[in-house]
Amino acid sequence: MTLAGPGLTADPDPGLVSPVGAGLAIETSGLAMRFRSGQLAVDHIDLAVPPGSVYGFLGPNGSGKTTTIRMLLGLVHPTGGSFRLLGTEADSGLDTVLPRVGALVEGPAFYPFLTGRQNLTRCDAADPTADLATAAARIDHALDQVGLLAAADKKYRAYSLGMKQRLGIAAGLLRPRDLMILDEPTNGLDPQGTREIRSLVKQIAAGGTTVFVSSHLLAEVEQICTYVGVMSTGKLVFQGPLGELRGRGEPRILIRTSDEATAAQVLRTLGLADIMAGQGQVTAPLGGHAPEKVNAELVGAGVPVAGLETVRPSLEDLFVALTGEGFDVNG
Amino acid sequence: MSTASQAVASGPAQPAPSAVTPGPAAPVRHWFRLFRSELRIIFRRPRNLALLGLLAAAPVFLGIVLRINTPPPGAGGGGGPSVFVGQIADNGVFLSLFTIYVLLPVVVPLAVAVVSGDSVAGEAGLGTLRTLLTVPAGRIRLLLTKYLAIVVFCLAAYLLIAALSLVLGAVLFPIGPVTLLSGDTISLAAGLVRLAMIVIYVVAALAALGAIGLALSTFTQHAIAVMAAVLVIVIVSQILDAVSQVAVIHPYLPTHFWLAFDALLRNPIAWANVLHGLASFAVYAVIFLAVAWTRMERADITS
Repeated sequence: MTLAGPGLTADPDPGLVSPVGAGLAIETSGLAMRFRSGQLAVDHIDLAVPPGSVYGFLGPNGSGKTTTIRMLLGLVHPTGGSFRLLGTEADSGLDTVLPRVGALVEGPAFYPFLTGRQNLTRCDAADPTADLATAAARIDHALDQVGLLAAADKKYRAYSLGMKQRLGIAAGLLRPRDLMILDEPTNGLDPQGTREIRSLVKQIAAGGTTVFVSSHLLAEVEQICTYVGVMSTGKLVFQGPLGELRGRGEPRILIRTSDEATAAQVLRTLGLADIMAGQGQVTAPLGGHAPEKVNAELVGAGVPVAGLETVRPSLEDLFVALTGEGFDVNG
Repeated sequence: MSTASQAVASGPAQPAPSAVTPGPAAPVRHWFRLFRSELRIIFRRPRNLALLGLLAAAPVFLGIVLRINTPPPGAGGGGGPSVFVGQIADNGVFLSLFTIYVLLPVVVPLAVAVVSGDSVAGEAGLGTLRTLLTVPAGRIRLLLTKYLAIVVFCLAAYLLIAALSLVLGAVLFPIGPVTLLSGDTISLAAGLVRLAMIVIYVVAALAALGAIGLALSTFTQHAIAVMAAVLVIVIVSQILDAVSQVAVIHPYLPTHFWLAFDALLRNPIAWANVLHGLASFAVYAVIFLAVAWTRMERADITS
């Protein structure tokens, strides 16, 4: 698979690229959406998506991710705040900037009675600034990039879910983009399909395109993201480099033993707090203690230590902690 | 994966990526491409093809039935379609007029209801509306293109009916100079011109109905709701039109002038009636296109 193709260069001559400049790819300020029901679906969020990043937009279902994406693409009108897309103020109209943005919103949506190629032709035909001379080549190239060229003439209704998602991404690849907005591109996919999408996103990002990808499963996107924003009930509860989120996790000591009571007692004596015991395990935040010293104390106190390790909470755990769905190492 | 320099070098001589030149370079050509795409969506949808098949079956069925059991010449002196039935034995051209007349009140409006329901509500239900709008197709650009495609569908439907019944009429019955409702006889060629004018008139009537359907279509994502609503409007309007106690509202009903095309079958043509009808269709089209425009411009696309 190659990114080079007719009318679609992965990273065209820098002089040709519409400059994103030093500005952010997406910048929102107090962006809000209150539904008619009164529910505040998006609660004054300030997104800052650096150009060239792969930004993971995370949060449980119903946390306002899709509504935010719909606002960014001009499908729904914000009830508060403002935003800039690739440096263009939304109030001045998105039609001039949207051609530079590829999008997949809330799952792929195509005509079931048309083939994959006919569906992409339809999308391209709707584009008032598409390059007419290269249409057929661009469509084939987009199909090739997502590995659907062989299935291009099959009806969309005969596609598997993974193929449908990939066709959705192909629609975003019909022309060179400065920004790709992908809403839950891995939703409902098996691990194989998820891997395919991940490698596609990596490819797109490698071409210099900023990728804004939403997911309710951190594990599915953490390998590709450089930045993350975490949504919880309409609020942006974290935003920053992925490493910063990782650094938030406090290491814990985990001891496997048949004598939980004595082990817990030893930890308490050492000054560890928040000790949890059960199912043959005792855990506590390590604080500044050296694990080997803790081990020596345990053995000295006659605790039968079957195993001892330091664990950092997984990103998934941190994510769940941020989005307020309970936090329990013993899970 | 190839590097950027390879990508540039290996590609054929490329025009600058279109993202670089914002603004439509050829708005008319781009619009025409979208229009063709709209037509392809309408005429490739299996359901619409079945509808057109149904419309095509009508003249075949009526032609064969009337051939087997031909009414005596001059039969059916009353109003309505029987005016045409009595003349079919003498002149096959009247099969065409009879079919146009019989299909106008319900059958063709059903097809228009289906297509206008699909136009925006159907796309919203399918989710393809958000796909098209994020391209971005342009909300009003898409709406007007869709309206024009509906009008073309109405035209195609009636051209199909008229052409097929004309051919069948010529095959199954004698054909010749046309005797008008006013008793005058005009040449076959002049009769065909009248037939063409009638097709244009009923297409104008259906285009107004299409505008109503398009406006309703912008309020829901359930195409079936639009179809039902359009049919209810058509039927209720015709019922009210038959109740003389509410004669005062008759001229304002959307279907009131539909069958006024008989004015085109008189000598001289009763142009006042024809123009009155066309004006009524135009007013309906303008009002409901304005509703659709306003709604499309502001609506939140949440499907």
